[in-house]
Amino acid sequence: MIPLLELDAVARHYHVRGGLLGLKQGTVRAVDGVSLALMPGESLGLVGESGCGKSTLARCILGLEPLSAGRVRFQGRDLGDWPQTELRRQMQMVFQDPYSSLNPRMSVGAIVAEPLVIHGLGNASVRKAKTLALLRTVGLDADMARRYPHQLSGGQRQRVAVARALALGPALVVCDEPVSALDVSIQAQVLLLLQDLRERLGLTYLFISHDLAVVGQICERIAVMYLGRLVELAPAEALIREPRHPYTRALLSAVPVPDPGHARTREHLVGELPSPLNPPGGCPFNPRCPEVMDICRREFPPAFDTSDSHGTGETGDTGETRLAHCWLHKPA
Amino acid sequence: MMGKKKLGTKSGGHMRDIQPDIQPDIQPDPRAEPLLEIKGLSTAFAAHTSAGGAVAKAVDTVTLSVRQGETLAVVGESGCGKTVLALSVLGLIPDPPGRVVRGQALYRGRDLTAMSEAELEGVRGNHIAMIFQEPMTSLNPVFRVGEQIAEGFRLHKRATRAEAAERAVEMLRQVGIPNPGERSQSYPFELSGGMRQRVMIAMALVCDPDLLFADEPTTALDVTIQAQILDLMRGLQQRRGSGILLITHDLGVVAETAHRVAVMYAGQVVEQAPVAELYATPQHPYTQGLLASVPRLGVRRTLSPIPGMVPGIFNLPFGCRFRPRCAQAFGRCEACPPLYELGPGHTARCWLFDGAPLAESVHCEPQHNKASEAQA
Repeated sequence: MIPLLELDAVARHYHVRGGLLGLKQGTVRAVDGVSLALMPGESLGLVGESGCGKSTLARCILGLEPLSAGRVRFQGRDLGDWPQTELRRQMQMVFQDPYSSLNPRMSVGAIVAEPLVIHGLGNASVRKAKTLALLRTVGLDADMARRYPHQLSGGQRQRVAVARALALGPALVVCDEPVSALDVSIQAQVLLLLQDLRERLGLTYLFISHDLAVVGQICERIAVMYLGRLVELAPAEALIREPRHPYTRALLSAVPVPDPGHARTREHLVGELPSPLNPPGGCPFNPRCPEVMDICRREFPPAFDTSDSHGTGETGDTGETRLAHCWLHKPA
Repeated sequence: MMGKKKLGTKSGGHMRDIQPDIQPDIQPDPRAEPLLEIKGLSTAFAAHTSAGGAVAKAVDTVTLSVRQGETLAVVGESGCGKTVLALSVLGLIPDPPGRVVRGQALYRGRDLTAMSEAELEGVRGNHIAMIFQEPMTSLNPVFRVGEQIAEGFRLHKRATRAEAAERAVEMLRQVGIPNPGERSQSYPFELSGGMRQRVMIAMALVCDPDLLFADEPTTALDVTIQAQILDLMRGLQQRRGSGILLITHDLGVVAETAHRVAVMYAGQVVEQAPVAELYATPQHPYTQGLLASVPRLGVRRTLSPIPGMVPGIFNLPFGCRFRPRCAQAFGRCEACPPLYELGPGHTARCWLFDGAPLAESVHCEPQHNKASEAQA
C-alpha cells in the first residue's frame, strides 16, 4: 500500500528582516527536516507546544506555504505536479476558530455549497440537495441552511466547518486544533462526530492539537514536534504509555490528569522555550534536557528505530515502528 | 495511565530530574474559620433586546466558602457565571448594566457587597487579590513590569518608591523569574506568555493577600508552563496558608490543585463536594456528563457527550436549568430543585435526591419562560 501522504525532509524557513536598511537579521526555521508518512484511512496526531511549527507544517502539506527544502508527495505524486483544483478536491482543512473561519455574511447553506460552486459541480438543485445531505451528515437540521454563523453556537459552527470541508469528498482532512475553542461537553460531541465520519467515509486525518488527551482519543499514531523538529513518532498508545524522547516524557508528565487519586510525578522542565530565531545547536531540546550528553550539543540526532530498545521487546501493539530523534536511542 | 510505576521501572535508568511532586498535599484545617463566605449571592444584568428590556441573573443564589489554606475550584463551561461570581465578590461588576441584587459576600465577617468604594479599595489588592486570565490584556503595555508590581505595594503599604521597587524584585524572584533585577525593567511585550503570567501572580501576591482569586490562570499557557505555574501557586499557598478560589473549566487542573469543587451550570452551583468524592461519585447528572465528556490520557474510551448546549442567561429553561439536556429528567424537574445535603460537604441541586435533607432554605426563584423553552 502506498502512503497517501509522504513528507521527505520538509523544511520551511522564514527570513527575518529588520533595522534601518531592512537587512536580513536571521532565519526562523519554523519547520526543519520533517519526514513522515500517512497511510490511507489513518489518523495521525501532530502535537507540540505553541510555536513548535505544527501549523506551518500543515500549511506546507496543503500547499499553502512554499517549501524551503524537501518534498511532499500526495498519492505518490509530487505536490507541485498536482493541478491546484484537483489537489483541493483531495485535501481539505478544518480550522481552530469557527468564529473567524466562517464568513459572517453568508448563510450556512451558502458556506457549505461554496466549494461545489467554485469547482462547478452540479446545478443549483443538485447542489442544494448535496448541501442538505452534508448538513445531515454532520448532525445539523436542514433548516440550519438558512441561518447565519452568528445565530449558531460554537459547536454548531464547527459542524458547519466540517460539512464545508467534506463537500468535495476529500481523501485527506487536515484538522488544526478543531476542538480547542469549544467547551468540554461540546468538544466531546465534535470529537465523536469526527471519529464517526472517518469510519463512515474512510477519511484520513492529520489532526493537530496541543491537547495530548484529545489526540490520544482520536489518533492511531502521534508525532511530537519541538522547535520545528520532529522528535518522536509512535503508535498513540505506546507513546502515551512509554514515551521514549525526554521531551515527550516531560510533555506527558505536565498534562493534568482528571483524577484526584492519580499519583503525580512531574518531570520539571527547566527554562523556557528558546527563541526560534536563535535555536540551540545540535538537538534543539538540549538546553532543557535532563539527560543531555556532549553529542546533543553538536549534532541533531537522526531518527533511531526504538521499537526494540530497553529490552522490553515491545514494538507497540501493532508491531509498528517507533522513531525517536534522540541520541539516547542510538543502537549500541 | 501514566504514573510512578512507568517512570520508575522502564525508563528509571535515565531519569535524574524527577522530583516526587510537591509533598503530599497539606489538607486545610477543617475547623479553621472561613476566610470568605458567599451567602445566597445573585448578580443580575439588564439588557435591551428587540423584545424590550430583560433582566437575567448571571449568578443565582450562590453559596460557597473558602477556608484558610484551602483551594476551592469553581468549574463550569463558558457563560456559567463563574467569572461574574468572582467579580461580584470583588465589587468589580460594572453598574449599569450589572448589579449584585441579593446575598452577601463575607470576608472575615465583613460584607464586601455592602462596603463603600473607598473601603473596598482598602481590601482589594491588599487582603484579596485576583489573577486574571489574559496576562497580555491585564498588564499595562506602557509601564515596566517592576513598576506595575510595585504600585499596589506603595498604595496599600504606604511604602516609598525605593522600598516598593525592592519588593517588586523580591516578588519576581519568588515567582521564579531569572535575573529579577533586570527583568523588573522589562515591558510586558518583552516577556513570554509564561513570564507574563508569573508577573501577574507576583502583582497579585505583592501585599501578601490571604485570599486569592485565580480566574483561569493557566488557560492561555502551554502545558509545561501550566505545570510550572500550578506548582508555583501550590507552593505559595503552602508557605503562606492563603485561601484560593480557582476558576477553571479544566477538570485536570481541578483534580491536581483543588481541595473542594463547586460545579456551576447556568448561574447556579449544581453540586459541591470534596475533590476526591466529586470525581469518584459525582451525583448531579451534569457533573456526571461533564466527567464523561473529558478525554483521558492513555485511556481510550467512548466519549459520551452531553447532548444539546448551554442555554443563554436570557433564555433559561424553566424549572431545573439542566432539564432539556438531562437524560434522567422527569416531571418534577419542571420546578426548580432545591439544594440537597448528600453527605458532609457534599450538596447537589437535583430532584433525584428528594428525601435527603435540604442544604439551604433559600430556593431559587421559579422562572416561567415557556416561550424560550419551546424555541430551544
